[in-house]
Amino acid sequence: MTAATPTTYIGTRTPRKEDPKLIRGRGVFTDDVTLPGIVYVSLVRSPHAHARIRRIDAAAARKEPGVVTIVTGKDAEATGVLPVFITVPGLNGTKHMPLATDKARYVGDAIAAVVADTRQAAKRAADMVTIDYEPLPVVVDGTKALEPGAPILHEELGTNLVFTYPVKGGDIDKAFRDAEATVKLRIVNQRLIPNAMEPRAVVAKFEAGELTVWTSTQIPHFVQLILSVNLGLSQNKVRVIAPEVGGGFGSKLQVYAEELLVAHLAKTLGRPVKWTEDRREGYLATIHGRDLVEDVEVAAKRDGTVLGVRIRTVANMGAYLQAFAPGIPTILHAYIIPGAYRIPAFDCEIRGAYTNTTPVDAYRGAGRPEATFAIERAMDRLADEIGMDPAELRRKNFIPPDAFPFATISGITYDSGDYVPALDRALEMADYKNFEKRRAEAKARGKFRGIGLSSYVEICGLAPSKANSALGVGWGGYESARIRVHPTGAVQVFTGTSPHGQGHETSWAQIAADAIGVSPDDIEVRHGDTFESPGMGVGTFGSRSLAVGGIAVHNAAQKIREKVIQIGAHLLEASPADIVVQGGKVFVKGVPEKSKAFGEITMAAYLASNLPEGMEPGLEATTYYDPPNFTFPFGTHVAEVEVDPETGSVEIIRYSACDDCGRQINPMIVEGQLHGGITQGIGQALYETAVYDANGQLLSGSMMEYHVPTAANVPPFALDHTVTLTKTNPLGVKGIGEAGTIASTPAMVNAVIDALSPLGITHIDMPLTAEKLWQAIRKAGEARR
Amino acid sequence: MSKITITVNRTEQVLEVEPSLLLVELLRETLRLTGTHVGCDTSQCGACTVLIDGSAVKSCTVLAAQADGAEIVTVEGLAKDGELHPIQRAFSAEHALQCGFCTPGLMITAIDLLGRNAAPTDVEIRHAIKGNLCRCTGYHNIVNAIRSAATEMRGAATPVKAPAEVKR
Repeated sequence: MTAATPTTYIGTRTPRKEDPKLIRGRGVFTDDVTLPGIVYVSLVRSPHAHARIRRIDAAAARKEPGVVTIVTGKDAEATGVLPVFITVPGLNGTKHMPLATDKARYVGDAIAAVVADTRQAAKRAADMVTIDYEPLPVVVDGTKALEPGAPILHEELGTNLVFTYPVKGGDIDKAFRDAEATVKLRIVNQRLIPNAMEPRAVVAKFEAGELTVWTSTQIPHFVQLILSVNLGLSQNKVRVIAPEVGGGFGSKLQVYAEELLVAHLAKTLGRPVKWTEDRREGYLATIHGRDLVEDVEVAAKRDGTVLGVRIRTVANMGAYLQAFAPGIPTILHAYIIPGAYRIPAFDCEIRGAYTNTTPVDAYRGAGRPEATFAIERAMDRLADEIGMDPAELRRKNFIPPDAFPFATISGITYDSGDYVPALDRALEMADYKNFEKRRAEAKARGKFRGIGLSSYVEICGLAPSKANSALGVGWGGYESARIRVHPTGAVQVFTGTSPHGQGHETSWAQIAADAIGVSPDDIEVRHGDTFESPGMGVGTFGSRSLAVGGIAVHNAAQKIREKVIQIGAHLLEASPADIVVQGGKVFVKGVPEKSKAFGEITMAAYLASNLPEGMEPGLEATTYYDPPNFTFPFGTHVAEVEVDPETGSVEIIRYSACDDCGRQINPMIVEGQLHGGITQGIGQALYETAVYDANGQLLSGSMMEYHVPTAANVPPFALDHTVTLTKTNPLGVKGIGEAGTIASTPAMVNAVIDALSPLGITHIDMPLTAEKLWQAIRKAGEARR
Repeated sequence: MSKITITVNRTEQVLEVEPSLLLVELLRETLRLTGTHVGCDTSQCGACTVLIDGSAVKSCTVLAAQADGAEIVTVEGLAKDGELHPIQRAFSAEHALQCGFCTPGLMITAIDLLGRNAAPTDVEIRHAIKGNLCRCTGYHNIVNAIRSAATEMRGAATPVKAPAEVKR
């Protein structure tokens, strides 16, 4: 942090600037946008997981009242292909069109688009489009898809193998040769459905050669870029607006088929066009997350020293690659598996597989929850194997604070970290040392009580552009900000980030307010409109917004501050070094009465008749911030649960977390991110799973079959934090969006397995539903009889 | 088409509606009250919850024609004469909303609860709102907000302050 900048607002629980409109029902989400003459799209989607498309007959549907047009893949080739922004060595990519022409490759694959005057007419007509399918053999399991003889999804590739991605370091053979103890476990990190509460929606209009698209997205600038390139429109004639966006969690980190189609239809029809996803449609056609099978082996000494980790993973990628998919089980997963530990040998290989399922891409945490789950479950198994306390095992293997910057065995460098204080604080909050008393007390009541922890390191602040390039990410990892100070002193911040619940309007105002000495109330933060923002914004994902976008705002605000100081010094006839900018005033240090109001300075900047020699008029700044390194938040979460052997149900008795995201800009928002993240992680541990049958039908195809946690499923959370500033950026901030999700899943599962450990149970795959636990308890009981 | 008379946010309206029109469609599309949201198609999420004659109801499961004669309050009708309802102030003060999509439905459900039970326990609050899904907040601050609004509505505390609306 620049020494001269006081932190009046940074670190405070500033009320959210987003709230007033949202609590009044005045937030405008994409489906709320309506335009005169608008027409509606309904998509005809494949009911087969794998089928050749022999013929499409839309004649009857075309005669339905209200139908404007019906297009198939052949009519819509002008949309161009769907983009994939990340490549990995040897990637077997495919040409992914918004509408399938030759084959349907998953249930939900779009085949035709029906446009009609009303939503209802479009749906009715879509039901009347007849498609003659030739069903083909189906494969839904990633491992089976890689076996010889499996049905091939993309014939031109001759294989379902998407990639093989190795990451190695140290001598793994020696680690296992020297091992006094080894553990081995298979982890099924099940497929999840993101379930942002707002279904996706797209509205487009094309007028006077200009395309305007409203879309529920985390990356409006990428949508603009691809629409411009694919539809052959000059980029300045494509405006993409992400209005209020009702949650994303990675599921809106895409350029989707519907965005290309709706824009293409608006352009060709000359009428505004809208598509809004039904929730059931969303379950099929919005990306899924996770879906890894991981074989983990750990070599260690009897004293708990970890010698090496070997991991073999199959990642089910679904039927096609989506925008960031190749980078999720590879880059964002493999490198972070060693986590918080000093591990001398690491051998990881990840294979991706095409299957007849919905495409898989980034879902909250995106690779990092899977990595943390693998290592943290393995650490618990090792603790069990050698008879050591799980907390002590972690403490023994932590990277010590004096080892930073620390080059991990997987090849990345953690700039900072101090893991023991967060562990100790979390254990203290959880009253870990008295747990066995509580276990015994619960046992007397006939309940199984368990405690589980997870210590994580997250990789955030995506990403240094050079690292992106080296890793195969096809775009820079910077973020942009532009600050416009009007002559009257009104301040507008335009950010390249695209929030959808994270509160950037508030946090960015706090950052800018401290730099330029005004109140956050006097600063308006605007986002998600490519006609207003700087030339390129990368967007909001991967807990990157603050550590990259927030720093861009800080840097732009510093430029404004510098100019304000120069003008102030000139007008007050003082040295710039003596100027203080604070409380809406510019004054000479120690002489507060010798001052100018902020508005007088800004007016002077535009009157331009009395400025320092050689200074340009005006008061604006645009910055692009490219981070020199990733950031590495960390922490420890502890869950305490009780399992009822009569029902198998899990009650979360206590949940304690100590996280370190560096400096907190708005602690209220930080806590909110953790609460939501922890709940999503609990959802994976206990409730959520996307289930396909052997024919590729999604059995958990609606909110009736897929359990999103309710208020009655989760406890209140006890949170605390340590503050280890990163040296990577001037505010020392690291990111907190995904930490809760990353940490809570293994903490929960470790707690439940610990509860059932007296029965000899060492592992159960997620989700740990009541039925599954009841069965496991029964089986363990029978085995003991 | 059938003719219905309904009162929405204290204004009586006479409307011609298709028999198949859902109440949520009437609110969002006919009356352009877009603060009530649609988050699912199976009545699981609760984003479309409105007050019908004082009770919280998922408006995606009610036909507009069934609402004939009813008094309906949506999120747009919670504030009176520019004065926010205590639940609105509490949601903001306690950071009980992030993306804000589920918020209108949750506030309406909370008002229904507080009408029946002026001093609910946290467990009662959690059970009352379990038909309203939120993917952002983990419910922690929503429970706090409802408890805090209950306290205020019982007249036991000073009102929670909320920021003024920002023009944009």
